[in-house]
Amino acid sequence: MIEATGLRKSYRVGRGRKAGTVEAVRGVDFAVERGEIVGFLGPNGAGKSTTMRMLATLIRPDGGRATIAGVDLLRAPAQVRRQIGFVAQASGTYDDSTARRDLVLQARLYGFGKAEAQRRAEAAIGAFQLDDFADRRIRTYSGGQRRRLDVALGVIHSPQVIFLDEPTAGLDPPSRVRMWQEVRRLRAEGMTIFLTTHYLDEADTLCDRLSIIDGGRIVAEGTPSDLKREISGDVVAIDLTRADVTDGPADADLPIAAKLLAEQPYVHSSEAVDGTLRLYVDSAATAIPQIMRTLLTRGVEPGAIEARRPSLDDVFLAKTGRSLQE
Amino acid sequence: MKLVRDTWLIFQQEVGLMVRNPVMVAFSLAQPVTYLILFAPFLKVVMVDRGASSYADAYRIYVPGLFVAMGLFGGLFAGYGLLSALRAGIIDRCRVTPVSRTGLLLGRALMHVCLNVVQAVIITVVALPFGLRVHLGNLLISYALLSVMVLLSTSISYDIALLVRNENSLGVLVNTVGQPISLLAGVLIPLVLAPLWIQQVAVWNPFSWATNGMRALFNGQITEPVVWQGALIMIVLAAVSLVWSSHLFNREVS
Ligand SMILES: Nc1ncnc2c1ncn2[C@@H]1O[C@H](COP(=O)(O)OP(=O)(O)OP(=O)(O)O)[C@@H](O)[C@H]1O
Ligand SMILES: [Mg+2]
Repeated sequence: MIEATGLRKSYRVGRGRKAGTVEAVRGVDFAVERGEIVGFLGPNGAGKSTTMRMLATLIRPDGGRATIAGVDLLRAPAQVRRQIGFVAQASGTYDDSTARRDLVLQARLYGFGKAEAQRRAEAAIGAFQLDDFADRRIRTYSGGQRRRLDVALGVIHSPQVIFLDEPTAGLDPPSRVRMWQEVRRLRAEGMTIFLTTHYLDEADTLCDRLSIIDGGRIVAEGTPSDLKREISGDVVAIDLTRADVTDGPADADLPIAAKLLAEQPYVHSSEAVDGTLRLYVDSAATAIPQIMRTLLTRGVEPGAIEARRPSLDDVFLAKTGRSLQE
Repeated sequence: MKLVRDTWLIFQQEVGLMVRNPVMVAFSLAQPVTYLILFAPFLKVVMVDRGASSYADAYRIYVPGLFVAMGLFGGLFAGYGLLSALRAGIIDRCRVTPVSRTGLLLGRALMHVCLNVVQAVIITVVALPFGLRVHLGNLLISYALLSVMVLLSTSISYDIALLVRNENSLGVLVNTVGQPISLLAGVLIPLVLAPLWIQQVAVWNPFSWATNGMRALFNGQITEPVVWQGALIMIVLAAVSLVWSSHLFNREVS
């Protein structure tokens, strides 16, 4: 449904001597099949919105090609617009308007007549459960209500493909779960969904497949479970911020312990995130006693130690050397 | 045809939003009335120098000037609305639809035209009891001329807004451009009072042609060449400026 190869985009920033370019997207390839929910997971500034805005015909790629629903993005953007819906990261509604007015206008902008536009607005109000506030000023909506309206506006013309840029950013947990249900419903209605997120749980539970994007490049790709399986074994997270160190200064314990543990034969790899050391091991059950023994012989007593299955954050960490969690 | 339809849709939406904002409506209505009430006492005294011997004469000179002043500044500040719509993502939401790009811009500009004509009608109606008398046909032609002028000032504002892309620079530019233009159009202080060199500079100010054209119309001198000259200048410039702003707008809008 979506096929992109080598999409690139850089922005010119600054004036005069301070002028430079920001390489926002440095060549991304991916494909989305009909009826899939595919996500771009990445930190702030990774190039998620830029990629999405290129695919939604809002900005022109500097290089690369893409086809959406069989239509060439660069050659026939007008035709692409008829096949896609787009929900931007920023809402895009006037505070003084109402859901119903905006829905009708949006349908009319897609070329529908007055009666059909009203019918579609009515249907969208029902489907997204906007009834209670459809005729109220948008400024009075809650964040979740506003975001549901945004998505309703994006799909008013029943597109084949819908692009959702951070559909749940800033929403409280119940509203997020609600939005996930809407997204799944759209898929059940036959839409193909491409979304961006920087939430690990969202990527994990909502997406059929993921591309992890960082610094304008895709660093990993696959289903959430495949990605996690790539990191075999268990993760042991050791909190060293509250560690007791009997010899040596306290701020030196993380590097010392990290170096020491990384050299142990049962540790595949290790990463330090803030004050926590993550060790990737075959089995936490056998590793933890050995880890404790190693630390204690050096007089380091960890504040807390935790064993768990690898998460998407571990995948991200393994691929980029940084953690997604703030 | 699609352009007309889409322009109309956007126009309707913008007018609807304007009407739904009571503060905006109150300000837009109060503004012309205050101008009239505050200036009325001065009018006859000041306008005597331009040969006004009665309030009727004074208003024939002052009211067209007021049209131009309000149309000029009303239009020049339109860029703010465009920038905030761009920032809020409203333009993007429209641009992912197959809507006509030019229609998006034109519909918004026409809202400002409509608003200014409504304000002009209010000014006219309020000035009637003070003694303003003007031929209906000429009055309607003045409104038409005003409409084209507002289209020009609005699209100039859009041009600037799309080039500088930020509200502060827009504000500074609009003020530095707007003040001399309005002075050199003799909207409030008649140019007859100005030194000769200013009068000569004013010849190059298109808005001064519009002011003079409108004053001639209010004086019942529809056959004066300045009427068609003013109209022609406004039409040509408005067309050029609109084409340019829609070009800027159709470039990647980010
Ligand atoms: N219009 C622009 N002009 C200049 N630089 C830009 C522009 N838009 C984005 N950038 C830069 O391009 C890079 C990618 O931005 P993008 O908005 O695509 O990131 P993102 O992954 O969507 O981030 P976020 O999670 O914060 O939304 C960033 O470094 C950003 O500063
Ligand atoms: Mg983004």
